[in-house]
Amino acid sequence: MKRINLKSHRNLIFVAAAIVVYAFIAYGMNSNLLPRATQTLAIKACYNVILALSLSLIVGFLGELSLGHAGFFALGAYSGCIFSINSNLPIELRFVLAALIGGTVAAIGGFLISSSILRLQGDYLAIVTLAFGEIIRSFIKIIPVTGGTAGLGGIPSLGSKLKTFTFSYVFVILTILVIRNIVASSHGRAITSIRDNAIAAESIGINIKLYKIKVFTVGAFFAGIAGVILGHYINFIEPANFNYNVSIEILVMVVLGGMGNLLGSIIAAVVITFLPEILRGFDQYRLLIYALALIFMMLASNSPRIINFRVKAREKAAGLYKKLFTRKEE
Amino acid sequence: MQQFIMTLIDGINLGSVYALVALGYTMVYGIAKMLNFAHGDIIMVGAYTIVVFITRLSISVPLAMILCVAFCALLGFVVEKLAYKPLRHATPLSVLITAIGVSYLLQNLALLIFGTNRQFIVRFIDVGNFNLFGVSVSGISVIIWVTTIVIMIGLYTFIKKTKLGRAMLAVSEDKGAAQLMGINVNRTISITFVIGSALAGVASILYSAKYLNVDPYTGSLFGIKAFAAAVFGGIGSIPGAMIGGLLIGLIEALTASYLPFNLNAASDGFAFVILIIMLVLKPTGLLGKKNTEKV
Repeated sequence: MKRINLKSHRNLIFVAAAIVVYAFIAYGMNSNLLPRATQTLAIKACYNVILALSLSLIVGFLGELSLGHAGFFALGAYSGCIFSINSNLPIELRFVLAALIGGTVAAIGGFLISSSILRLQGDYLAIVTLAFGEIIRSFIKIIPVTGGTAGLGGIPSLGSKLKTFTFSYVFVILTILVIRNIVASSHGRAITSIRDNAIAAESIGINIKLYKIKVFTVGAFFAGIAGVILGHYINFIEPANFNYNVSIEILVMVVLGGMGNLLGSIIAAVVITFLPEILRGFDQYRLLIYALALIFMMLASNSPRIINFRVKAREKAAGLYKKLFTRKEE
Repeated sequence: MQQFIMTLIDGINLGSVYALVALGYTMVYGIAKMLNFAHGDIIMVGAYTIVVFITRLSISVPLAMILCVAFCALLGFVVEKLAYKPLRHATPLSVLITAIGVSYLLQNLALLIFGTNRQFIVRFIDVGNFNLFGVSVSGISVIIWVTTIVIMIGLYTFIKKTKLGRAMLAVSEDKGAAQLMGINVNRTISITFVIGSALAGVASILYSAKYLNVDPYTGSLFGIKAFAAAVFGGIGSIPGAMIGGLLIGLIEALTASYLPFNLNAASDGFAFVILIIMLVLKPTGLLGKKNTEKV
C-alpha cells in the first residue's frame, strides 16, 4: 500500500490557506471588528465542521447511515469534560489531553458498536446506531458522574474567545488533514468501493468488516473531539445537547454538502452554523427547512424526472452559450 | 400479585398497539423493502386529527374515527407519491434519508401548527370495566386487544387469499418476476403504503383512546420501538409483528414498574438494548426468513 505523504503539495497548500483564513478571523476577533455573535458562532462552526467531516466519512464514503452520531459526540464531551474538571494541569494542556481522552473514549464506543453489528447493513445498521445514541443518552441520565438530567457544570474555560477559537481551529485543521488523507489514500478507495458495490469489493480481497470498524472508530474519534470543544466552550453540558435532533442536524450538513464531498461538508457545516443568524426571526422554520432540504436533495439527485430536467436544462444552457459565442465571432 | 397482573395487562395493552404499528412497518418493509421512518409520525398526525375532530370540532365519534383513518391513508398516499415513488430505483441510503426527512417534516409541521405543548384528548371511547378472573380490566384494553387481533387476522387473510394480496407477496419475493407475470409493481407498492398508513390511523385512534394526549414527538419514539418490535418478530412476518409487539410492550411495562425509580429515566434505553441484542444474535428475528444475497 502507498504510504500517506504528509508533505504532498495539496496538504501544504491547504495548510497555507488555512493559516491565511485563521489570520483574518483572528484579526477580526482581536480588534472586535466581527460582531460578538459571529465570534461565538465561529467557535460553534469549528466543532460543527469536525462533526460533519467525521459523519461524512461514514455516510458519504462508507455509505452507511449513522443516526447516532450525537452519541459519540456525547461520549467525547462527557469523558473529556469530566477529566478536565478533575485535573489540575495548565488549562491549555488540559484541553488538549481532554480532547484526546474524549476522542479515544468515543472511538472505543465506535469500535464496540461497529464490531458488534458487522452482520448488519443499511436500514438495520441505521436503526442500531439510532438505538445506540438513545442508549448513551439514557445512561448519561442515570449515571451519577455525569450529573444526570441536571447536566454537568463547572467545565473550565480556555479563557478568551480568541484562545478557544484558536485551539478549536487547530483541531479542525488536523481533522481535515487526517480525513482528507484517509479518503485520498488506498484506504479511501477501498472504503468507497465498499459503498459502491460491497460484493465486488469483497471479491477483490477488501476486508469489508475491518474497514467498517476502522471507519466507525475514526469517525467516532473526531466526533468525540468535537464534543470536548463544545464542553469547554459552553462550560455546561446536559443530555439534551446530544439528542436525536443533533444527529439529524449533522446528517443535514453532510447531505447538503453533497455526500462524498469533504469541501461541501465543510461549507454546509459553516452555513448551517450561521443559519440561525441569517434566518433571525424565522428560527421556528429552521428544522422545517432541514427536513425539506433532506427530501429535496435526495429527489434532486435521484428522481428520474428531475435528472431529466437537469440534463435538458444543461443542454439548453450549452446551446445558448454556443449561440452567443458564435454570434460574437461573426 | 394483583399489581403484577395489572402490570401484565398494561404491558399487553401497550404491546397490542405496538403490534398494530409493527404490522404497518413489517408490511411496508416486506414489500417495498424500505424502512418507512415516517410511519410513527403518521400515527402522531392521526392523533392530532382526533384532537381537531373530536375536541375542537366535536364531530360525532364514529365519523371522526373514519375521517382519521381516511386522513392517514391520504397522507400516506401523498407522501408516497411525492417523496418515495421518484426514488424507486435509487440507492437504499437515499431512500432512507428521504424517509427521515419526511418524518422530520411531519414532526416540525405539527410543532408549528400545534406548538410544543402536549394536547389533551377528551375520553371519546367510554366503556365500563370488565371483570376478568377477579381482576378488573378497562373496556379500552379489551377494545384494543380485539381490534388488534381482528386486524391481524384480516390482514393475514387479505394477503393470502385476495389477488391484490398475492400480488404483494409476489412483489416482495421478486419484483422483476412479478412484473413479468403482469403485476403492476409500482401500483402494488403504492397500495401497500396506503394500507400501511391506514393501519397507522387505526393505531392512532387506539393510542389516543388509551393515553388521551399527544405531542409532536409522540410518533417518533413510539415508531422506533414498534420497528424494534417488527424486527424482533422477524421483518415481513405478520404473526412475528404480533409476538414482537407483545414482547416489547411487556418488557417495557415490567421494566417501568419493577426497576428502581432512579433507573426509570433509562427505561426507553432498555427497549433499545433489547433491539441491539436481538439484531446482533439473530438479525432475521424470531419468525423471519433468511435472506441470501445474490450478485
